[in-house]
Amino acid sequence: MTQLKDLTLKVWRQSGADNPGYFETHKVETVSDEASFLEMLDQLNERLIGEGKEAIVFDHDCREGICGTCSLMINGRAHGPQRATTTCQLHMRTFNSGDEIVIEPWRAAAFPIIKDLMVDRSSFDRIVEAGGFITAPTGGAPDANLILVPKPVADAAMDSAACIGCGACVAACPNGAANLFTGAKIAHLNVLPQGQSERYKRAEAMVMAMDDQFGSCTNHGECSAACPKEISLDVIATMNSDFRKSKSKNRKALSRS
Amino acid sequence: MSATLISKVPAGALPDKWDNYKADARLVNPNNKRKFKIIVVGTGLAGASAAATLAELGYQVDAFTFHDSPRRAHSIAAQGGINAAKNYRGDGDSINRLFIDTIKGGDFRSRESNVHRLAQVSVDIIDQMVAQGVPFAREYGGMLENRSFGGAQVSRTFYARGQTGQQLLLGAYQQLSRQIGLGGVRLFNRTELVDVVVIDGRCSGIVVRDLLTGEITSHAAHAVVIATGGYGNVYFLSTNAMNCNVTAAWRAHRRGAMFANPCFTQIHPTCIPQSDESQSKLTLMSESLRNDGRIWVPKNPDDSRPAEQIPENERDYYLERLYPSYGNLAPRDISSRAAKRLVDKGHGVGPLKNGVNLDFSAAIARLGRRTVEERYGNLFQMYERIAGEDPYSTPMRIYPATHYTMGGLWVDYELGTTVPGLYAAGEANFSDHGANRLGASALMQGLADGYFVLPYTISNYLAPLLNKPVPSTDHPAFAQVETEARQRFKSYLGVQGTRSPDWFHRQLGKIIWDYCGMERTQQGLEKALAELPALYGEFKKDLRVTGTGESVNQTLEKAGRVDDFFQLGMLMCRDALDRQESCGAHFRSEYQTEDGEAMRDDQNFCHVSAYNWTGDPMAAELNKEPLVYETAHLASRSYK
Repeated sequence: MTQLKDLTLKVWRQSGADNPGYFETHKVETVSDEASFLEMLDQLNERLIGEGKEAIVFDHDCREGICGTCSLMINGRAHGPQRATTTCQLHMRTFNSGDEIVIEPWRAAAFPIIKDLMVDRSSFDRIVEAGGFITAPTGGAPDANLILVPKPVADAAMDSAACIGCGACVAACPNGAANLFTGAKIAHLNVLPQGQSERYKRAEAMVMAMDDQFGSCTNHGECSAACPKEISLDVIATMNSDFRKSKSKNRKALSRS
Repeated sequence: MSATLISKVPAGALPDKWDNYKADARLVNPNNKRKFKIIVVGTGLAGASAAATLAELGYQVDAFTFHDSPRRAHSIAAQGGINAAKNYRGDGDSINRLFIDTIKGGDFRSRESNVHRLAQVSVDIIDQMVAQGVPFAREYGGMLENRSFGGAQVSRTFYARGQTGQQLLLGAYQQLSRQIGLGGVRLFNRTELVDVVVIDGRCSGIVVRDLLTGEITSHAAHAVVIATGGYGNVYFLSTNAMNCNVTAAWRAHRRGAMFANPCFTQIHPTCIPQSDESQSKLTLMSESLRNDGRIWVPKNPDDSRPAEQIPENERDYYLERLYPSYGNLAPRDISSRAAKRLVDKGHGVGPLKNGVNLDFSAAIARLGRRTVEERYGNLFQMYERIAGEDPYSTPMRIYPATHYTMGGLWVDYELGTTVPGLYAAGEANFSDHGANRLGASALMQGLADGYFVLPYTISNYLAPLLNKPVPSTDHPAFAQVETEARQRFKSYLGVQGTRSPDWFHRQLGKIIWDYCGMERTQQGLEKALAELPALYGEFKKDLRVTGTGESVNQTLEKAGRVDDFFQLGMLMCRDALDRQESCGAHFRSEYQTEDGEAMRDDQNFCHVSAYNWTGDPMAAELNKEPLVYETAHLASRSYK
């Protein structure tokens, strides 16, 4: 275990959505390289409380990289410099003594700032509510082994289902688009046999809910690069393909003209 | 013995009880269901599945979570799997086998009828989750795959890589989201329960705090479900998420719901050891790793060679040596104590000598790296991120950590607490795991309660209340509770002392861990009970919360949670002191066999200890629910 020394943090502070924000500079004299990035912030907050100042607000919970609550743009990169890693799993050993670290909230119109580094991501929930499910009311399911899912299909579904809904994809996107997030859920459910009945309805409804709230995709691919679960850009292709088909299939299925 | 602990176990032979209950339960006509309002607090596996199912049935449901989204609940972090008595392997599993394993795993301190029902509905859970699109692991032919977990000799655990909790929670979340979209459920996110309201002996609603504005408001309903998880964070360091807390359950307890077996807390054997003093939480490495990993320490405590250079005959594979028939899959309490003893004797590995090896070299040699990667890839990656070491080339270092709490709100067969109309589900109740929970059984219980138990039992409660309106939030009881809550949060801000809530939480956690952790003694518990009130007094005099109560203030939120943890901590130590036996995870050093195994006292302690709030956490009133074993035979629990 070694100590990092003389870090300079530039942290975004903002008291509310309607108030102007600003960078606040804090010196961190020493921190263990075993500490996680958020533990470094915990220590800073303890110091601030000791000085009678208000602690920096940031979202976090499981600290195991699975709940998707933590966020932060660290030196301009969503979840910081390490590939396939959430901020809570990022450790100080990734940094060097003397570093200047700029910490900002997710930057996206669809994620308004609540306070300091905390943003509102409920726009993601609206997308799921629109169609990110398989309708299967409790109680009527057949025996689980009656629905055969070949291993490669289950694996592909799982690859997409690994999304933690953190919003890094949106924050990294120059357009603030949510195509990777939405595509991941569509690709998860639409490859499974259980998901076929609502396949095109789902694609259409989720894409509409996404377009209502987020920017448009122009294939930069920043989302996938920033994704802590390394969700592939392929999910966007799957989504686009099913969305396009939905325009004819849904019309037919619903007898719309 | 108190007359208030009526367990409501239905008549009939054990396998018939649940069917008998359902046959006799009162129903609410589909057109009348919409006249009833139900509040569900917590949106993890138990809460989300209950809220979604109740809304599908037609009830009006209000769901509350302190997270920004229901998908964040800590059920999401469960890794290894979910048990079900499907017997898809044909390896001798059955509902009865799962029932017996769970009773025995809990060291004969759980209620037979509840556990049997859990085993019965376990099979429906898998059907339900598959129908919802949970991508469980599959065989090449398309059928479901299984693996083994501790305390079982069959393979009954279903899994989705190392992210089973995530996939199940997302399944329940999606089902809940569908209902939110359809208007069946109103979701209140970033809203925390701060109190429960009881009017004329019935639970009539809750008082909540909006975490964004600090506003305190009332919500009324015909019935309230508490599904807010366990209290492992009382130890400060645990595998729980940072925000997990006991407040909802504790506030319900203070309003009349008895709290059962608080000292039954589970220490999980496979977590990443603490690396330094500043650490904020511990990370679990799934028990499923013990299917293929072998646990060992160097025979020579002074051996400083890297693990891979220590020859086979100088390693002590102590679980395989001590428990040959279960080996590395011995239950959690037993594996944890074995690790602690060896580390205490100086055999620990790593820079702080505070861990044991979990070695995959044999599995990689036998199965190939690719198979191991497929089974545990994300866990290995997580380990690498945290510990900075590559587990494919050097063993993982692991050590026990607080993980799950078997104790919780006392509930009857219907999952009703001692307050009519107030229900508790999932980890928040005490019901199914006795003194020790088996791996992959928490997900099973959370979903069983939410999907397949509460929807039946709540209708039985509501049916006679037909056409009684939802209690009004104008009732003076709501105003009174709101005032108390406002006062409480104002008082945290008003102390203006010198120490943060986190500082107090660390001190509290250390006392609980040292004296009410893996091994407990009368002397230690008495010491804890002397130290805790003093520290709590200091908390009230010297707390410092900066900021205000009118916008997001995580320091203030924490202060309220730590306050409740203090009171719970006192009850835990009191309960541990009172239970003069060792059973499951509750290990009192005074009560052990010659070879160091837990020694139960069925003569005097074959009961559930349920405590009544008296206004003083040091003077709770103890009530006992005797446990009767008609089917499972009380036997000493051996895994040798």
